[in-house]
Amino acid sequence: MAAIGSPPPLLLIVGVRAVDPAQQLDDVVDVVVEDGVITRVGRGAATDDLRRADRAEVVQGEGLLLLPAFVDLHAHLREPGQEYKEDIASGLAAAAAGGFAHVCVMPNTRPVNDTRSITEAMIARARALSGPALHPIGAITMGQKGTELTEMADLKDAGAVAVSDDGRCVTSSAVMRRALEYAKTFDLPVIQHAEDHALTEGAQMHEGAIATRLGLRGWPRVAEDIIVARDVLLAEATGARYHVAHISSLGAVRILREAKARGIAVTAEVTPHHLTLTDAAVLGYDTACKVNPPLREQADVDALREALADGTIDAVATDHAPHSTLEKDCEFAEASPGLIGLELVVPVLLDLVRQGALPLGRLVDALTRAPARIARLDAPAIKVGARAELCLVDPNLSFVLDPARLRSKSKNTPLLGKQLTGRVKMTLAAGRVVFIDGEGAAT
Amino acid sequence: MRRIYPHRHLLGIEGLTRPEIVALLDAAESLFDVSRRSVRKVPTLRGKTVVNLFYEPSTRTRTSFELAGKRLSADVINISVSTSSAVKGESLLDTVQNLQAMQPDVLVIRHSASGAPHHIAARTRAAVINAGDGTHEHPTQALLDAFTIRRAKGRLEGLEVAICGDIVHSRVARSNAHLLTTMGARVRFAGPRTLLPVAGESLGATLYDRIEPALEGADVVMMLRVQRERLSGSFLPSTREYSRTFGLSPARLALAKPDAIVMHPGPMNRGVEIDPRIADGQQSVILDQVEAGVAVRMAVLWILAAETNEFSATGEPRPAP
Repeated sequence: MAAIGSPPPLLLIVGVRAVDPAQQLDDVVDVVVEDGVITRVGRGAATDDLRRADRAEVVQGEGLLLLPAFVDLHAHLREPGQEYKEDIASGLAAAAAGGFAHVCVMPNTRPVNDTRSITEAMIARARALSGPALHPIGAITMGQKGTELTEMADLKDAGAVAVSDDGRCVTSSAVMRRALEYAKTFDLPVIQHAEDHALTEGAQMHEGAIATRLGLRGWPRVAEDIIVARDVLLAEATGARYHVAHISSLGAVRILREAKARGIAVTAEVTPHHLTLTDAAVLGYDTACKVNPPLREQADVDALREALADGTIDAVATDHAPHSTLEKDCEFAEASPGLIGLELVVPVLLDLVRQGALPLGRLVDALTRAPARIARLDAPAIKVGARAELCLVDPNLSFVLDPARLRSKSKNTPLLGKQLTGRVKMTLAAGRVVFIDGEGAAT
Repeated sequence: MRRIYPHRHLLGIEGLTRPEIVALLDAAESLFDVSRRSVRKVPTLRGKTVVNLFYEPSTRTRTSFELAGKRLSADVINISVSTSSAVKGESLLDTVQNLQAMQPDVLVIRHSASGAPHHIAARTRAAVINAGDGTHEHPTQALLDAFTIRRAKGRLEGLEVAICGDIVHSRVARSNAHLLTTMGARVRFAGPRTLLPVAGESLGATLYDRIEPALEGADVVMMLRVQRERLSGSFLPSTREYSRTFGLSPARLALAKPDAIVMHPGPMNRGVEIDPRIADGQQSVILDQVEAGVAVRMAVLWILAAETNEFSATGEPRPAP
């Protein structure tokens, strides 16, 4: 196979099922990449002449899936400030291993990414790595304190693709209104962490029968719904682009659906864990399943799956939130919320496709074109002339998740030791091979 | 004993079977008289070490465990939050691992975090007894309550038990619901809607938002303490109104069966959730509960430390194997 790093001069992926709904493509084809650019797509595209060329690297695609590489709207790479959990290098390595070519990173670093210099420093660090592209999301308010707006024009000039106070909700209606108006001035989407903190004080998990049994303070759905409902009204009033982060409740899905039907500029993302786990996973006080917003009930999971399938929820985002054992091997109430996700998207979400809950084309769209549109990025695509940003997947490869194989510095996922099916074999970003399964693994 | 109580720890009542609960109650019965003898000590746990690790203030439960251990001749150490390393920022797990290195046989833990005993049980060789974790469970309280009810009523099956007050924040209510429903009693939870748990029926109880229907025909009335903190959290407007609408008055108690017993896990707010005349009255078994607590904790300590025991519970040498 091709080497990691420099663009392969001539990469031939032969006889692969290529799926890119944006090109109406779902067919077994050959894909030819020359000097980092897709030059031919089609049956027989890898001609004998090309295969015989000295510089040709041929990848047999039989039984594999070729997809546009993914775009994550929501990851926490912890740099600057908490590099013991993750840093930009390990986070982007994890992203490459998960099939991602673009990662939008949340601003709740230490210090908070609320100024141009921090945004620039993050981008510079990522550029030096030749991995997936990193796109900072700036804070909405200084220090994510919910009061003073950040210099959004500066943030955008430096490379920020959106603004968010993720981890904290902008609860003041007045601040949220001004944030939407000001962000609209510079065409930045405002990504809201929808949580009315007054309703979730001390909350440890979803409010329901399991929380009652475990004696853990509950996080009621209505705390999310109230904020989404208010923000939809503010988005309508301001005409700004509003995006709901990690939507988790069936009520918020209903509000989103109604808002879209009325033509309001709202979008939303959902995480793989909210699509696949319920609050029952917390039984036994498993801190790996402590996350914010919390894992909810089957009715919510069903509503989220339906909304993702029908496009009401635009995108899948990982909310990759690495934490070390310091934050997780402790009492449940002391544990930090969050779980890692960048490397697990393919096996977790292909399960939904196998179960018939999600068409493959919609999944690919939700991981590529839809998030790229929200962040105003060029979407990875399988088409002639595009810079090669591709993800080659073995959908049938089963394996037991070994923490030593994860490139993320943190291992906080309830899937450790579980049997998973579907693995990324190779990822290309910006025309370069950034990941090959079994090579360059973390030490 | 291991065969009838096949668990290494006592972390909660949820998940225990009826025979396991009966075994614990019967063991307590056999130990009850030890505390009424002139020499209140048996050699059962001689050479065993019991550590009481209390991260929350407690007088009744800590004293009860301490006496239980001492009456079984165990060496008992008390560590309370004011003298522990928690104030220096040491984690619970580190504290437990340090204690572990000193080879205790039983760790009794009270902690404000639900699930804290589960967290340490997986990481220690000692038997762990949950002496109250957050708003989750308080298994020895439920056992002593059941012991008291069984002594007063002769049975648990078929009884109507009304548990009234701050249900949502009560580990006593949860453990009692699990125990009593497992034993075939029916449990009613009563309180204002701000103090009833979401999906409380999932605990096996019937929920009432007024106290009167919950008391009607009850065999057992268990009143829970209403903490003053609830006033600041918008759960209650005033203790005066709570007392007027949910306090146990003689008129309300008359709704229960004439021979109903009145219980309270303590500490009581006299005049708030319970009228002093009832607390001190004929139907009150509140001090019986406290006495039962020592016997029940002796039983639990004995059973969990029984693996290498050379004596039976009452101090008679066991026949050689």
